[in-house]
Amino acid sequence: MKTDELIDRLTGDLAPVSRTVVGRTLALGLGAGALASFVAMWLWLGIRPDLASAAATSAYWMKFIYTLSLACLAFWAVERLARPGAGSRVQMTLLGIPVVALLVLAFIQIDGVSRATRMHLMMGASSNVCPWRIAILSLPVFAGAFWALGKLAPTRLVVAGVMAGLLAGAFGAWIYAFHCDESTAPFVVIWYTLGIAAVGALGGLSGRYLRW
Amino acid sequence: MLAAEAQLKALMLSALGGNAAAYRALLTALGELLRRYYARRLGDAASAEDLVQETLIAVHTRRATYDTSLPFTPWLYAVARYKLLDHLRHGRVRTAVPLDEAGDLFAEDESEAALARRDLDRLLELLPAATREAIRQVKIEGLSTAEAAERSGRSEIAVRVGIHRGLKALGEKLREGRSREDR
Repeated sequence: MKTDELIDRLTGDLAPVSRTVVGRTLALGLGAGALASFVAMWLWLGIRPDLASAAATSAYWMKFIYTLSLACLAFWAVERLARPGAGSRVQMTLLGIPVVALLVLAFIQIDGVSRATRMHLMMGASSNVCPWRIAILSLPVFAGAFWALGKLAPTRLVVAGVMAGLLAGAFGAWIYAFHCDESTAPFVVIWYTLGIAAVGALGGLSGRYLRW
Repeated sequence: MLAAEAQLKALMLSALGGNAAAYRALLTALGELLRRYYARRLGDAASAEDLVQETLIAVHTRRATYDTSLPFTPWLYAVARYKLLDHLRHGRVRTAVPLDEAGDLFAEDESEAALARRDLDRLLELLPAATREAIRQVKIEGLSTAEAAERSGRSEIAVRVGIHRGLKALGEKLREGRSREDR
């Protein structure tokens, strides 16, 4: 086909485009994924029975804010990465802030306690299942994020894949926190972060499927 | 450059609003820019034009990803660069070899004529006998299709079609071999 004919055809196909398409597409993919993930958590693990009383503790909100702030920052980075030529370095750097903040809190908590207590603070009672569960609960969100990115235009596929993975991981961790009754900063900063990072790695490995 | 940016951005904004005249002007201008962009980076004009078209389609289908608060040309060149890298990484091979150019497949190895002839014989072995003879007579010995038809007692059209199919099949076999070596 001649390029002029192509231009005719594309011009004939023109329709006004809303400026909120990128945000809406991502929100749709992530919303559907998060919903599926929440239902999976409910049926599989169940919401912790003491949620109402736990919601009065700062430990609960630490997990809540940590995972949600990571999810929001990763969403912002993904929203930038979905657009050709839009910088995303600031957003990706900001992702370090919640991690560093929680690390500081974790060091304060393990400072000056006995060795046994320190182990207990770090390992909790569920360290062997926590990262796995987070990774598994992230998968529906992961699928939603990749579906949405596939409709947009990421030009750095591996970076976009990693960020979409971190976004899904943070979302999955946020949902897992409705079940998990661990309450120490060292536990969360180690095992939650590990689960989230694993999903990020999966995203990087799957980046090439974002090709368009 | 700055003038171009302002002009292109204005056209893009009208196009996003649904203005077809602005959109046509935009795509025409982008066609020119992209042709220059790809011509400078790829030796071969045909694949440059393929990429121009592919990028215009990408501009069309992904136009909603342009953030209107940012300049337009960085978006465009990010798309163009992505399509260029994608092309270089997944270099698609043309599937049809025109009959006139098929001779090039054999002409490449003239410096090592003997080796080439051996390879050629081996390749021709893969074809049915009638096709093999027709190709040998017309493409290697230089007979006309009419003469070859007379010798084999088949119609000229049958000889021509046979040669065409045979060369196409050979081209595919060569390409398979080559892409295996590339890996």
